[in-house]
Amino acid sequence: MSRGGLLAFAITVVTVALVAVGAIFPSTSAFASASGVPSAVRRPSSPQEAVETLVEEISRKDWAAAYNGLANKNEFTEQDFVRDLTGTHPSLRSYASLDGFDLHPLHASADTAQIRADLTWSEVVGTYHEVRDLKVIHADNQWQVAWPLVKEPRVPPQVLAVNYLRWDVVYRGPEDDWGAQDVESPHVRIVDMHPTDRAGAVVLVGELLNEDVVPAFVTVKATLLSKNGSAIATEDAFDKMSHVLLPKQVTPFRIDFQNVRLAEVDNIRMNPSSSLIAASADPVVEIEDQKLNGLPDSSLTGKLVNQSGQVVNIAHVLATFYDNNGQPVWVADGYADRALLPQIPVPFTTSLPADLSGRVSRYRVVASTYSSSHLQ
Amino acid sequence: MTLRCTFAALWVVCAMATVASAQNMQLELPKNVKAGSAVSISTAGSGKAVLYIVSPTQTLRRDVQLGESAVIAPGELHNAGHYSAFLVGPSSAQTTEFDVSSERPSTLSFLAKPSRLPVDLHDGISGVVYVFDAFRNLVLAPTEVSFELSETGGATQTRTVTARNGVAWLRLDSAPKAGSAQFQARVDGITEKRVVQQVSGEPCNLRMSARRSGTRVELETEPLRDCKGNAVPDGTIVTFIERNNGSESTVDVPLKRGIARTDLPANDGATISVATGVVMGNEIRWPR
Repeated sequence: MSRGGLLAFAITVVTVALVAVGAIFPSTSAFASASGVPSAVRRPSSPQEAVETLVEEISRKDWAAAYNGLANKNEFTEQDFVRDLTGTHPSLRSYASLDGFDLHPLHASADTAQIRADLTWSEVVGTYHEVRDLKVIHADNQWQVAWPLVKEPRVPPQVLAVNYLRWDVVYRGPEDDWGAQDVESPHVRIVDMHPTDRAGAVVLVGELLNEDVVPAFVTVKATLLSKNGSAIATEDAFDKMSHVLLPKQVTPFRIDFQNVRLAEVDNIRMNPSSSLIAASADPVVEIEDQKLNGLPDSSLTGKLVNQSGQVVNIAHVLATFYDNNGQPVWVADGYADRALLPQIPVPFTTSLPADLSGRVSRYRVVASTYSSSHLQ
Repeated sequence: MTLRCTFAALWVVCAMATVASAQNMQLELPKNVKAGSAVSISTAGSGKAVLYIVSPTQTLRRDVQLGESAVIAPGELHNAGHYSAFLVGPSSAQTTEFDVSSERPSTLSFLAKPSRLPVDLHDGISGVVYVFDAFRNLVLAPTEVSFELSETGGATQTRTVTARNGVAWLRLDSAPKAGSAQFQARVDGITEKRVVQQVSGEPCNLRMSARRSGTRVELETEPLRDCKGNAVPDGTIVTFIERNNGSESTVDVPLKRGIARTDLPANDGATISVATGVVMGNEIRWPR
């Protein structure tokens, strides 16, 4: 037999052997994912394994398998379970996927155990953490998780009267004479700007005011200039600012220049720009119970309350932190992972660098909102 | 294609001009012609010739019978400027120069800036008028341009400016009263209109009141006005801030029908303040 023939024969034998092994000793995870058979078939032999199985099923969005494996599934429907994980209304959570998890056993006995699951969800604007304390019960010779269902509060049916206010813009047409005036761009002004050196980067924090009587779409771009006047780098604030400003509204902004030292910078050219935008004055969002939390996990927490009647799908929170002199020292942002239903508080957290925690004496929080009804 | 033809014609014309200047002959043509008018060009001699009329913006070519008049029809010679005419015969050439001047004003290009500005601003509004004839030639002759700014409430500012080299401009103050003003420029019965929105200035005397409503405190501003008494436009953001024991609640509320209204948690001992833009309002200690 030639060498090629020998190799072909060897590959065939190994393949047949591997197929036989796979058929006799199937992998439980492959079995479950391929067939959709619920995890109950696998009969987890420890609390840890039961939670791991459940989290893996949630990670695969195999809701049926996850629900069927729960110890307390008679207390709620599969739909309730899915809503708890993905939200009732479209939000960042609806499109998030489970990126990882950490399990911390809190308590264990022969029949029950308590495990803290620290879930890391990945969404389009970053990651967020969710902590669930799971009770695991031993029954019928297996361990099952009793899911701590959190039902979204519902607002009683009612009619909310809203004086709806919006702006529309009519621009000049292409057939107009060159002298025909066009609508004026909104007048905006940087009311504060402060550069700092942080961890090998130059960070600009400041505030921009729409001093006009019309809504504005705003951006802020900054260019660092060296001593000889040449540009070192140009960046803009991107998501560290609110881009739609109603009349007299103020947004913070933060622009990060990585790998630049402030000592290299002689001058900074700020370029705020604005254009007219069709906008709505609603919804109004109250930011309740704002609290600055000290070390070790320095952060600003609070609750967003939608004072209007329409559902807000995504809420973006921007926090400006000031020192004793009233100078802005940091701008942080965060998102509410759930949709804001009318009058239902939704918590949020924005982090603050630990080294700035002691310097901050005041803060200001604004929220910008996105509703899918506006996008239609 | 047109450009190439123009260059070719210019080259021929330049060559003919050299001959013509050598013979020092003149065509009979008015020295000044109004744009768009008919022109009759008299020629002398016999036989056939070609007439070229050239300017930086226009070139015409006509076959003519020498001894007869060549006629340029109305509207054909429409660009104002300095022209050369060349009559090229079989053995000689004649040349002359003339000007085409703009006709009477027909259209105005009116630049009114800005389209929106705060009330009571000195020299805040600028108006610039370019005067053109029917063929879009700038009318260089001095022309009286009348500007009129009619404000809401009937007050009118009127000024007459003489356009020089086709341009007239002026500056006007914005009115103390907010509203849309009609800005008009007029020349010989030709009128162009623009709208200038005069809007309220910074809010003055921002004041709010508070009253309990269950577990909440209802907050409402007085009708918001600027220092000239103009109502601040709806949609202007008013920020309410409640501070209590190291905790804060804030809400940005748009003005609706002149007032901003919201509610915040009724925490005893809380301090509630109000602001809009960079203007601070009054402060309330709750309960009052």
